[in-house]
Amino acid sequence: MNMFTVSGSPHVHGEYSTPKIMYGVVIAMIPAMLVSVWYFGLDAVRVLVLAAAASIFFEWVIQKYLIKGAVTITDGSALVTGILLAFNVPSNLPSWMVIVGALVAIGMAKMSFGGLGKNVFNPALVARVFLLISFPVEMTSWPKPHALSKGFADVITGPTPLGIVKEGLRSGKTMQELKPELPNYIQDLIGQMGGSMGEVSAVAILLGGLYMLWKKIITWHIPVAVLGTVFLFTGILWGFKPESYADPLFHLLTGGLMLGAIFMATDMVTSPMTHGGQLLFGAGVGILTVLIRVWGAYPEGVSFAILLMNAVVPLINRGFKPKRFGDNPGVKIEA
Amino acid sequence: MNIILIAVLALGGIGLVSAVILYFVASKFKVYEDPKIDEVEEILPSANCGGCGFPGCRAFAEATVKKAKDEKNLEGLFCPVGGNEVMQKVGETLELEIEAKDPMIAVVRCNGSHANSPEKVKYEGVTSCSFAHALYAGEGGCQFGCLGLGDCVDACEFDAIHMSDERGLPEVNDKCTACGACVEACPRDIIELRKRGPKEKRIFVSCVNKEKGAVAIKNCSVACIGCGKCEKVCEFDAITITDFLSYINFDKCKLCRKCVEVCPTNSIWEVNFKPRKPKAEKVPKKEPDKIKPAAEGKVAIENNDDNKSKPGEDRK
Amino acid sequence: MGLLKTFKLGGVHPAENKISAQVPIEVLPLPKKVFVPMGQNLGAPSKPLVKKGDEVKTGQLIATAGGFIGSNIHSPVSGKVFKIDVVPDSSGFRRPAVIINVDGDEWMDDIDRSNDIVREIKATPEEIINKVKDAGIVGMGGATFPTQVKLTPPPGKTAEFLIINGVECEPYLTADHRVMMERGEELLIGTHILMRALKVAKGFIGIENNKPDAIAHLTKLAKDYQGIEIVPLKVKYPQGGEKQLIKAVVNREVPSGKLPIEVGCVVQNVGTTLAVYEAVQKNKPLFERVVTVTGKALSKPSNFLVRIGTPIGELVEAAGGLPDDTGKVIGGGPMMGKSLLSMDIPVVKGTSGILLMKRAESHRKPEQSCIRCSKCTYVCPMGLEPYLLSRVSKLGKFDYAEKERIMDCIECGSCQYTCPAAIPLLDYLRLGKNKTGQIIRSRNKK
Repeated sequence: MNMFTVSGSPHVHGEYSTPKIMYGVVIAMIPAMLVSVWYFGLDAVRVLVLAAAASIFFEWVIQKYLIKGAVTITDGSALVTGILLAFNVPSNLPSWMVIVGALVAIGMAKMSFGGLGKNVFNPALVARVFLLISFPVEMTSWPKPHALSKGFADVITGPTPLGIVKEGLRSGKTMQELKPELPNYIQDLIGQMGGSMGEVSAVAILLGGLYMLWKKIITWHIPVAVLGTVFLFTGILWGFKPESYADPLFHLLTGGLMLGAIFMATDMVTSPMTHGGQLLFGAGVGILTVLIRVWGAYPEGVSFAILLMNAVVPLINRGFKPKRFGDNPGVKIEA
Repeated sequence: MNIILIAVLALGGIGLVSAVILYFVASKFKVYEDPKIDEVEEILPSANCGGCGFPGCRAFAEATVKKAKDEKNLEGLFCPVGGNEVMQKVGETLELEIEAKDPMIAVVRCNGSHANSPEKVKYEGVTSCSFAHALYAGEGGCQFGCLGLGDCVDACEFDAIHMSDERGLPEVNDKCTACGACVEACPRDIIELRKRGPKEKRIFVSCVNKEKGAVAIKNCSVACIGCGKCEKVCEFDAITITDFLSYINFDKCKLCRKCVEVCPTNSIWEVNFKPRKPKAEKVPKKEPDKIKPAAEGKVAIENNDDNKSKPGEDRK
Repeated sequence: MGLLKTFKLGGVHPAENKISAQVPIEVLPLPKKVFVPMGQNLGAPSKPLVKKGDEVKTGQLIATAGGFIGSNIHSPVSGKVFKIDVVPDSSGFRRPAVIINVDGDEWMDDIDRSNDIVREIKATPEEIINKVKDAGIVGMGGATFPTQVKLTPPPGKTAEFLIINGVECEPYLTADHRVMMERGEELLIGTHILMRALKVAKGFIGIENNKPDAIAHLTKLAKDYQGIEIVPLKVKYPQGGEKQLIKAVVNREVPSGKLPIEVGCVVQNVGTTLAVYEAVQKNKPLFERVVTVTGKALSKPSNFLVRIGTPIGELVEAAGGLPDDTGKVIGGGPMMGKSLLSMDIPVVKGTSGILLMKRAESHRKPEQSCIRCSKCTYVCPMGLEPYLLSRVSKLGKFDYAEKERIMDCIECGSCQYTCPAAIPLLDYLRLGKNKTGQIIRSRNKK
């Protein structure tokens, strides 16, 4: 006999689903994936595949055997974490370190907090910082971009543009003297510079960002706030003393800022819930990035900046509430 | 050497000064508490369940000491978890005579299992009885019956009530301390605290349906139809019928079981009795697989230690 | 034309599925028996006047209002009262009802049955309100609030605008659309009657832009009716919610916990307005209404003029019969309607439609973890945070929920509709509202 179903309203559902969002992010990362393979060759493929597979594997093992709960590896979130982890490391990182990174990302930064939706810190960034502190040498020997045809053995490593600037300024050189050693803007845009796999091509990342905006996976607030704040502050510094500070466009296009602003800071789980909060969050990331880049010990500060702001997000959520309907009647109300 | 001496003296000096300050502050701001409160609190089970009506065991201890001082008795104050044993000890500590109370247990007064009250619709939604009660009457159609989503199980802090997947109803085991949490939690007032009875024997009407008999029986084959046979046969005046529903007063009931025999819908349960000698005849009117109350009662009271069963699909 | 008006905060765009929009209203043949529930309005249930065996005529008063917030009920048929018994309501709870065996269709003598449109409004404001009260008219958009109470602003508050709700933002429903197309002039006269009762000079009729024929038709007719402005609105759910409608049409926001009269507005549904016309100009009390019967698998989606008390099974039969592929029967629209338990439930004053859903569409997706995407917050038309409110409701922190304005929730369902993790947000919100409401009530009693 045909039994009716009884449930509370609404009885229809929209088109959004968690897998759709996660796989949408994966699609948005395809341009950056292709660029990294183009510049870094088979090494890039190795790191990407390993990071993704290890992340999914660890999530499966932990969910099935440790937590003994539902297995949700098909929702795409582990895949996203794996690819982002790959984007954050040099393409010549030894395989076992990539796997350790995946374990830290999934096991420590995601599962131990309670799984999807419950983590405070961005898992890929936690893994990256963990690897950076544990294996500083391997994590800072950045291969220079080479064509696909070259094999594993011919990789030349060197510092990133930000690294060149940091060391150069410390040793007393001025920006004008350093200029010839740095890639020009076009090279920065398309990625002909040293760096981690995901950070090199600003164009590829921007394309991905536009795709995510179109699909309503992210909104413009965080990327614009991050990039805008960095541009503003580096612009002020450069305006005062151009010989001691790199110009704002250089800052925007180098290092992991683009990747961080568009893919890492916008991670839904670890960013604020309201647009106002997101703008403050983005501004905070921007300011911290500039502080670390200019006055800190590290040449690149985006990862630390995002992680520090992640910690403040619950407080931001407390302070920033959405605009309530009815608080502004539009007409005088008699008491 | 000098530096070590300075460090030791400095830290030692700070420690001494802090100790003195703390001593004076502690004595100035000391709150006087009757030492008996601590003594009584020691005796209490520390479950902090709220079954006594107070927020935690300390609050109950304070209330007993206050009442003992003001009124020289402990009327109305009872710890259901500790029971008579604990109340006796509390009485001794406060130098009062305490009357023993009958131990109670939570009783689920509904037998609308999947077999007796078959589903007519399928529910999909949050696993909350309060929500489902506001949404609709129930899968079996009886608007008074148990919804089987486990608000009572969630409320219990003593692991004493669990959902039976097979029947779709909650079952209470021996760990029950009659704290009353499940009674509060049930939106349909199906669970009642009743006397445990001598040797755990008790009799109750396993139905709370207040509709006319013809309507009630359509939705559940073991509903109470308010026919009145039990009321007539009871020699101790323990049974009353209101709104087509029979109710057995557990203080007056002498457990003679006559009402159980005459109930035409097998709505009255006898729990933990020896099975009767088989009489000739009385063919059960309903489906052959329907479980007889006496046997089901035995099952219900056994310890369900391994019972972590889930009531429905949506259970987290 | 310029940009269409709408409310600014939140909103979603469910598929419209207005499959019965062009089907003219059809009079449903009388059933053999009607079941007239006594609880058809918000507030106290009505008290029956008749008893078993009484003969009744169509339009005869058979129950009186049960309190100040109550309404009269009139017999929808002529015949003999079979009995006063309990009948399941839309939630499956059995409630008292008058059951009448139908015999012919003899109406009360004072009802004007002709089809002539009576344009001249002779009644004074007080007379209008009394007639509305006597006719047992309640809000027919679904809220069923007694209309005479709405037309009587509390002391100190005056109405400035009347807004007629022709939005019908729920997918599938087309009853109001057909009334606007086929009874347009009566609707405008009804609007004038309401404006006179409220003593306002300006009335608006808000219509969503997916009904261009209704907008054109009424705009043309309204030229002869002074003070009435037809306002086309952008299609967005829940535009038909009165707070959102007021914001869209006159750009005022009803404050938290208050009624529309606070900002000088009164909102009435199209069906209610038609009933007011019939009551005041034709002496006809409320005992029938237009109900949309619809569904993708239904062979004849229709808009029926139905007598109150008709079991919905009869409507479905007349629309082609219950399809085999039916998983859910919904009273109302898919966003806020109630899922019904059986086909025996009678049509009441608030029944705007019956929607039959296919089995594949009737099941919920399994609930997953919240990914904190905050889409629910973006779509909430009241500016609430459903992810937070549902979480604290689940945890039982009702004082926190109250502080976060859970009582402002209009239960539109936009949040649950949007949630990518298929979390039953509205279920938890309703649970929280229920419990918080209980706490507030017991606090106010002290």
